Amino acid sequence: MVSTSALDFRVPSDLAQIESIVAQVVHRCRECRFDPRQLSLNVPVALTEAISNAMLRGNGEDVAKEVRVRAEVSEARLVIEVEDEGAGFDLDACCDDPTTPENLEREDGRGLFLMRTLMDEVVRLDGAVNVVRLTLQRR
Amino acid sequence: MTLDASTHGDVLVISLHGQLIVGNRQALKQRVLDDIDSGTRKVVVDFSNTGYIDSSGLGVLVSLAKRLRELGGDLRLANLNADLRTLFELTKLDSLFQIAESREQALAGF
Repeated sequence: MVSTSALDFRVPSDLAQIESIVAQVVHRCRECRFDPRQLSLNVPVALTEAISNAMLRGNGEDVAKEVRVRAEVSEARLVIEVEDEGAGFDLDACCDDPTTPENLEREDGRGLFLMRTLMDEVVRLDGAVNVVRLTLQRR
Repeated sequence: MTLDASTHGDVLVISLHGQLIVGNRQALKQRVLDDIDSGTRKVVVDFSNTGYIDSSGLGVLVSLAKRLRELGGDLRLANLNADLRTLFELTKLDSLFQIAESREQALAGF
């Protein structure tokens, strides 16, 4: 039987909060024997992107607005939901490829690309415009 | 993240300690921009003590490299671990930067 543990954070839109949340989620994934590469690359980078996106774009870096991060970790997978207080955005509308020659020297535009590349699935939660769900199967 | 800066001839070497991410990218950017204002044109960023970088960190490196090249200089990278190399490959930024195995190699190429 696969046991699942959950983490639940509510933090103000303060970028300094991100590393601590990431470290706790990575720690829980390590306990569930995720692949070392997933622990050092996929989880921290994708989760950092998701939280910073919620704080910067969702909440407009307004520290009075909160971001909620829920993580369910098992020996099968990691499922993270990141919720902000913004109006939401269309994930499919943000699909510029940052690796094309015309976009390569842009300073921004790689966050969603990295989330999608490093996670198995990145979706907007049904019925909630301001919640993004990231899923990573354990390897 | 903290950073140490030293000069080797006319090259500024920045050693990062910790992750280069959205919450601290501005510290690196401002430090290098200040040195550019003082005449620096060649910069090496040493990632020996960095585990990962997010898109904001990558963006700062792109921005600084672009600025230095406009001024006839360059920004080069050294000591990337396997995860960092993967990030540069995934984003194709490995085609934009000279990536050296060591600080010495990066300095020798300038």
